[in-house]
Amino acid sequence: MRTKRHVWLGLLAIVLFAVFFLVPFAFIFFTAAKTQTEAGELQFSLPTTWALLENFGEALRARDYMLIIAFINSTILTVASITILVVLASMVAYVAQRRQSRWSGVVSFLVLCGLIIPPAVVPTVWVLQSLGLFKTLPGLIFIEVAFGMAFCILLFRAFIATIPRDLDEAAIIDGAGPMRLFFKVIFPLLRSVMVTVIIVQSVAIFNDFANPLYFLPGDENATVQLTVFNFKSQFTTQYNLLFADILLITIPPLLLFLFLNKRIVEGMTAGAVKG
Amino acid sequence: MSTEVKAPEAVRPAVSAPVQPAQKKKKSPYPYWFYLPAAVIFGVFFVVPTFSSFFFSLTRWDLSTWEFIGLDNFIQFFQEPALITGLRNTLIYAVITCTLKVVLGMLLALLLTSQILARGFLRSVVFFPVLVSTIGVGLTFQVLMDPPNGLINQALGVIGIEGPAWLVDPKTALLSVALTDVWQGVGLATVIFIAGIVSIPREYFEAAASDGASAFQRFWRIVLPLSRPAISTVIILALIGGLRSFDLIWAMTRGGPGFTSDVIASVIYKQYQAGFYGLSTAGNVVLFLLVTAIVFPLFRFLTRREVNL
Repeated sequence: MRTKRHVWLGLLAIVLFAVFFLVPFAFIFFTAAKTQTEAGELQFSLPTTWALLENFGEALRARDYMLIIAFINSTILTVASITILVVLASMVAYVAQRRQSRWSGVVSFLVLCGLIIPPAVVPTVWVLQSLGLFKTLPGLIFIEVAFGMAFCILLFRAFIATIPRDLDEAAIIDGAGPMRLFFKVIFPLLRSVMVTVIIVQSVAIFNDFANPLYFLPGDENATVQLTVFNFKSQFTTQYNLLFADILLITIPPLLLFLFLNKRIVEGMTAGAVKG
Repeated sequence: MSTEVKAPEAVRPAVSAPVQPAQKKKKSPYPYWFYLPAAVIFGVFFVVPTFSSFFFSLTRWDLSTWEFIGLDNFIQFFQEPALITGLRNTLIYAVITCTLKVVLGMLLALLLTSQILARGFLRSVVFFPVLVSTIGVGLTFQVLMDPPNGLINQALGVIGIEGPAWLVDPKTALLSVALTDVWQGVGLATVIFIAGIVSIPREYFEAAASDGASAFQRFWRIVLPLSRPAISTVIILALIGGLRSFDLIWAMTRGGPGFTSDVIASVIYKQYQAGFYGLSTAGNVVLFLLVTAIVFPLFRFLTRREVNL
């Protein structure tokens, strides 16, 4: 009796979830595969003629291969920012956790500020401009590092607290200096939290829209999130190409999700339960 | 008076001087310079802009020259109806999205921690939109919410309901964006709640079951109080996200129709585009004050209550 009710409840849940959460994705896929006139009708239906690959091709070629350039830019941005973030944030977290002093308190406070305070837009433009970094990829990399730092330090610090200090002491007795102690002994042990940091931050940076919009304007510098507006104008929107573009920029997070779903959930809920 | 105060200062270095060499010899294995590279980047690109925003919000500014004009930008901000609307909308948006994410997220988490078919699959389905580009989600729902042709109103038409005009109607535009935000973000709230519920020791539920507690009592007396840290996290994350929200509104309405769905973040961008840098920065300061005035006390309150439990 009870199990039977559960089965029905389960089936109902699956159907409802599919309608609410999967239909929008099916809509993206179907529309991306339609011809321009059919896509313009905005209907949720199977395409009468499948033109998915043609649409992909056209979306990639549009405006002198802007989407391909944007993929390259976004990849450089994501990889560079995350490399810097992982190294610098783990260094901070390590010293803040191991050497308790008033500086640890300062770090905690700044982390809280970094998580809560909305960045000031125009003053950041001003700083970038005075450093000659405005409208440059390195400038945006620094921005992503600065804005992502707080979250990364938080995750690293919680993890480093679980590594026994005996390890440090053994290495120190063996004559390891601070650099060797950290990079040869501690850093390799951070692998599991590092995977979490990398996944969560790469999704955030790859999907970032506002920061590239502000700090890296210009077609030749476009990142992927800005390319979707290529196919959308006030008067004529090429819906098939718009959704082909959306589909293409959804593929990297989809791949991450398919292979590393557990890790992502782990990372995003880390610390939430302990408070 | 002054000599008395100075005396200990003069003595202190003399006393501590012989100690210092000894300390220097035993260098800490955790050097402070590890802070340095991160501190420089965080300081230059986050702390400096944040502090200077307070100054530049009081100026008329073109990035190279500035003219001090006192509180004029703030006065203008609070006098122009478009900007006031932005402030009010920000609060409405944050409250709606936060409330719905907490309530729906908790319901979904309860469902997805019960013995249900395809539990893992359903968890993944709910969570996936979190990872998708917000711009992509916004543009997709803009099409789905198209009043005559969109899927949502056609589906409502099938069951005999005439759907609203969603993004086109000034009355429902902001709400439509907020609902899309909930659709995309509820998965994160759900997985956090699931993590909280799963961490509750089984014995509590067994004890409740042997005492004959109803499902509602189990929820009210066990799940709710014991997943409090998770609830605090979701409330704070959702509020911060809601108050700062920009991407989705920009993708779906650009603050329109008119300025009926503008929020502070979109006002900041519009003023920046129009070249009113001082006014834009004043918007940033207003947003800063709003976020800190709401989130910091709430953070204190929620974490303090946890300690008392």
